[in-house]
Amino acid sequence: MKIITPVKQVPETGNVTMDEETGTMKRAGVESILNPLDLYAVESALRLREEHGGEVIALTMGPLSSEKALREAIAMGCDDGVLLSGREFSGSDTWATAYALSRGIGHIGDYDLIICGERATDGDTGQVGPEIASLLDLPIATYVSSVQAVHCAGGEDPCSGAGNGDIVVERMLEDGYETLKLLLPALLTVVKEINVPRLPTLGGKKTARDAEISPRSTSDIPMDRKLVGLNGSPTRVVSIDRPKVTRNGKVIDARDESRREEAVEEVLSCMRRLGVLKR
Amino acid sequence: MIFSGVWTVAEASAGGLEPVSFELLTRGRSLADKLGTDLAAVVIAGGADRGEVRKLIEAGADKVYLVDDPRLKHFICENYSNVLVRLIQRYKPEIILGAATSTGRTLMPHVAAAIGAGLTADCTELDIEEETGCLLQTRPAIGGNIMATIKTAERRPQMATVRPRSTVPADPEPGREGEVVDVEYDPCLYDGRVEWLGFRESESDAAAIQDADVVVAGGRGLRKKDNFDLIREMADHLGGAVGASRDAVDRGWISYPHQVGLSGKTVTPRLYIAIGISGAIQHLAGMKTAEHIVVLNSDPEAPILKVADLGLVGDIFELMPMINERLAEEVGRE
Repeated sequence: MKIITPVKQVPETGNVTMDEETGTMKRAGVESILNPLDLYAVESALRLREEHGGEVIALTMGPLSSEKALREAIAMGCDDGVLLSGREFSGSDTWATAYALSRGIGHIGDYDLIICGERATDGDTGQVGPEIASLLDLPIATYVSSVQAVHCAGGEDPCSGAGNGDIVVERMLEDGYETLKLLLPALLTVVKEINVPRLPTLGGKKTARDAEISPRSTSDIPMDRKLVGLNGSPTRVVSIDRPKVTRNGKVIDARDESRREEAVEEVLSCMRRLGVLKR
Repeated sequence: MIFSGVWTVAEASAGGLEPVSFELLTRGRSLADKLGTDLAAVVIAGGADRGEVRKLIEAGADKVYLVDDPRLKHFICENYSNVLVRLIQRYKPEIILGAATSTGRTLMPHVAAAIGAGLTADCTELDIEEETGCLLQTRPAIGGNIMATIKTAERRPQMATVRPRSTVPADPEPGREGEVVDVEYDPCLYDGRVEWLGFRESESDAAAIQDADVVVAGGRGLRKKDNFDLIREMADHLGGAVGASRDAVDRGWISYPHQVGLSGKTVTPRLYIAIGISGAIQHLAGMKTAEHIVVLNSDPEAPILKVADLGLVGDIFELMPMINERLAEEVGRE
């Protein structure tokens, strides 16, 4: 199978602290990493490759520095990384991002499956996956929590990128799980429940370090320049507000046994006030 | 080309329509009134209950576009998207609101991409810009640390998704007049590439975490898996759902569907009770918009106390049983 995983580089929020005055993240010195939710997409792709053969290509759009995210994907085991980079891409909203990535996917070509993370932890929209599927007219399953079967059809090397066959997946919904069968080529977005991503091996890291990643721009990949970057983005951020996170609530020190009962009564009266005590 | 009118995309459920369908009408009605235009709800279903559909009119819709066909019984994104795109091309609404559910978050971007529309996810506030009549869409970004207001100046329609439970459902006004427009399903819009094979309910009690009035969540401070029973007991007394921090999920104490936070779910219950959760920024991102937050933690310096309306510092293994006991008395559930 030939699988493409569109990924994103995001700020590493693991060690981020809050500025209590402004209620914002302290971003100074924050490192960039491969979007944690993309790890599940990469892992899903690698497992399918292990089972069915083929290759996995990671794709991203971003500044030159986002090649680091591709190297992280290669260190996990991806065969190659493709970077869309250029000033023309800056300021992209989800629509323009999906457009550029879909052209990048078309440029790579001959794929059986596109696997995306559920969403990026910075933008948090979850829109790019469905938008790519729509632009490429691929059948889509979102929130996939397990891949149950892959059927390859066709000639001697069925999953060679000819896009034959089908895939059966389970989607995680609000109240349960739904099973869908999609004809290939198709696009999946996967949730964290699907697997436990592997850690990069030493050999993987070396391969990643040595991998040649040359950035491609709109001059290398045919796309409508009016549809990328800020110009191609239907939406604009018009203002930013920083809400304070502190609620200044009441804190009761109930470490001493004598204070416990009073503290518990305070909780009960809060529940009563909110009307959540129902017989 | 003139685009006018505000639309909401209703969500069907087994027994009728999801409550979020009526919450969207609350949002839509206020926008339509500001614009002096009509509000319409779109229902795509396979075997809709017409009584339920009428309720949308009683709850504020001036019109309902109903596309009802057995082939639309299950949400298959391509099929629904084709129907919605056709309706948009025919009737040209200026604003479309959808629910930020597994269905809405799949359908809305699929449609937006197809028609080149701007779409803003998870809006918490929607308003109309006076001078331009544009939709102003406010949403949390960067883990909820900033609120960004977004607009689509030129392209139409303007599309947005809204989180369930972020507003109250519109009150029905019995006898309110409106029109149900039956739109015949065009079989050409059927995409046979995706087949629905089945559904199974969640085995765990995580199902309703985003719909629950009360979420009781546990973290690393619970020390071991068995102690989640105390959390479950409290949630049961309150008719609520069980949540967890990433730490608790990663340790295998509880399954991923319960996880609240940046890489889990965002919840906005009336009451969120965080027990033994220190309050990493990622967790706060998933719960700090709860209406009311109660914290139980042994550490007086725990960051989560900053977002608490009421915080109890002390031994959670002493406090939890005491609260459960009092709850048993109050609500009479065992």
